[in-house]
Amino acid sequence: MGSDFELLRQLSEAVAVSGDEGAVRKIVLAEIEGHADEIQVDAVGNVLARKTGRGRRRARTARLKAMVAAHMDEVGFMVMGIGGDGTLIVEAVGSVDERQWLGKPVWVGANKTPGVIGAKPVHLMDAAESEKVVKLDALRVDIGASSLETAKSQVKIGDRGTFASSFTSLGPTIRGKALDDRLGCVTLIELLRGEPLAVDLYAAFTVQEEVGLRGAQVAAYAFDPDAAFALDVVPANDLPGSDGEENVTYNTRLGAGAAIYVADGRTLHSRPLVNHLIKTAEAAGIPYQLRQPGGGSTDAAAIQLAREGIPVAAVSTPGRYLHTAFALVNLEDWRNTVRLVREALNTLSLASLKMHFENRR
Amino acid sequence: MDLLPFLKRLCEAPGLSGHEAPVRALIQESWAPLADEVSIDQLGNLRALKRGAGPPGASRKTIMLACHMDAIGLMVTQVQQGFLRVTRVGGIDVRVLPGQPVTVHASRSRIDLPGMVVQPPKALLPEGQGDGVVALEHLLVDVGLEADQVREQVRVGDLVSFAAEAVELGGDLLAGHSLDNRASVAGVTIALEALQGRPHTWDVVAVATAQEEVTLGGARTSAFGLRPDIAVVIDVTWGAGSGLPEHKTFKVGEGVTIGWGPNIHPALHHALAEAARQNEIPFKLEPIAQHSGTDAFAIQVAGRGIPSVVLFIPLKNMHTAVEVVSLNDVRRAGRLLAEFIAGLGDEFLRDLKWD
Repeated sequence: MGSDFELLRQLSEAVAVSGDEGAVRKIVLAEIEGHADEIQVDAVGNVLARKTGRGRRRARTARLKAMVAAHMDEVGFMVMGIGGDGTLIVEAVGSVDERQWLGKPVWVGANKTPGVIGAKPVHLMDAAESEKVVKLDALRVDIGASSLETAKSQVKIGDRGTFASSFTSLGPTIRGKALDDRLGCVTLIELLRGEPLAVDLYAAFTVQEEVGLRGAQVAAYAFDPDAAFALDVVPANDLPGSDGEENVTYNTRLGAGAAIYVADGRTLHSRPLVNHLIKTAEAAGIPYQLRQPGGGSTDAAAIQLAREGIPVAAVSTPGRYLHTAFALVNLEDWRNTVRLVREALNTLSLASLKMHFENRR
Repeated sequence: MDLLPFLKRLCEAPGLSGHEAPVRALIQESWAPLADEVSIDQLGNLRALKRGAGPPGASRKTIMLACHMDAIGLMVTQVQQGFLRVTRVGGIDVRVLPGQPVTVHASRSRIDLPGMVVQPPKALLPEGQGDGVVALEHLLVDVGLEADQVREQVRVGDLVSFAAEAVELGGDLLAGHSLDNRASVAGVTIALEALQGRPHTWDVVAVATAQEEVTLGGARTSAFGLRPDIAVVIDVTWGAGSGLPEHKTFKVGEGVTIGWGPNIHPALHHALAEAARQNEIPFKLEPIAQHSGTDAFAIQVAGRGIPSVVLFIPLKNMHTAVEVVSLNDVRRAGRLLAEFIAGLGDEFLRDLKWD
């Protein structure tokens, strides 16, 4: 776990906002080198790796092509302009609650130039003002430059940035930015680095998930797999309600195991694959939970509709406070996610896919 | 003293109003070698006396340098299913809280737990709170532990400090929480250092005061206890930035300000300003129509009244976790104090008239 922890730290602290995934791509490429039969970076920046499965030669024709996708990008902002006072005007990339930016340190650009998003002193406002949400377009990123010229020497228009958050562990949990979906990236790296699986593994480290699942769409086309699994981090809303009533809209819960999707805002997941995941978890004694069906989406939505359609499943690790400065994930949930995915790939068979259009469990 | 690492340590140290011990220990460690006597009074004020070099036997005059060391933060009001509900210690805009890393000083286990303030998902908030500013009573602190682990360690009344690490920005700027007023503590430390090699006839008592952010209680009691002849309060003022009134804010990095108004002794203002001019230390006059919002408000009327003035260091984003100061401004404040003190003579009080 020691090296995984270090890798997770590196990935969590890298700045790779949608469309600018270079920093994470570099780490991924270095980590999987020598662990795949073929590695390429495609036209949109996805890292696509193929690893042949185990088995005798005559069995090879029967091996399934399984695509596993995890996205490299994260939410953040783009520098749209630089003011005369040297502060940066920014616009969101991906979906971030505007209430999360105020009073936060940030990193800007490839060199992670430190900056802060300042806030008006509480002493200089009336009560009415403090009741208003400050919109991102009213905020400025302050990198300590006192003029346009000084700012330009450190940051360019078009640079990306995001929250500056260091990665830490808190008892059974880990905390850091962009665990959505660097956690999935580490899972995928582990699958590549581990023993060959019973399937041919088609690993896609995708780009631009946060701005429309765009990398996954072309990766699925290129791979043309028999089945696909999207690995992501899913919101855990398992906090106490303000009214003291039982919280029944938790989505997923920390500590309750890997989360299997049945349906979300854009995808009705392949029922045979969902059943396969559930059976696998139960047979192997791996803690799992079913993510409460509802809104949201993962790369699975784009993969499912690639070519003539691809059976998809989504397995996620529950995480609180995604798309903020710090997400919180239970380490054991993540380990169970890795186990479940590996086990499910190793037991995947044509038979488990055949029931694709039979709507029963 | 190397200012940058010193100030980083100071501002990252816990020390909420009324609970200043952690930061006080740090300040004591750095002031003790620079003073003749160091003591802590009933309310927790730290006092460092550096004697002047007056003639033997003669009673020397005393100048008090007061800088508050307490910080704003939060306090646990409720432990609920492994999460904490909190209230404010000092003035905080609730809007800067969601997503802030904090340290929960767990009193049952005596362990500092890293945590963060979180804004619950919309579905868990009362009707109407989902899209607007979420009130403090609906925010939670998450320490990432199981509910029973939290119950065993934390209790109501436990303190919660900001925990964002200080960040160096461009130029000589430092960003972090609690730079209000640890920047001034650093300034006073610089002054004490500078006085090691400078003869001065007045006694100097540097006081790191307690509870400024809530009651000004430390200043009030320490001024009464010490009865200085004059007092200089060192605190931070609003740094200029977009959307702020120009007449009430001052550019960070362009020098200190000296307060002016009913809370400030006018002759003391002039004397401090004159010292700044003589030593080419850039400063601006800061008009304050009423309450200075500093320890000077309490000190001015302690005992029979004490002539007081406020020296300010401009600071951006006051009372947030990303307060910003210029190291150069901190050094300027320290140098001005030292020069002013070195220039104090026997006749100083005689000319100190409120006119």
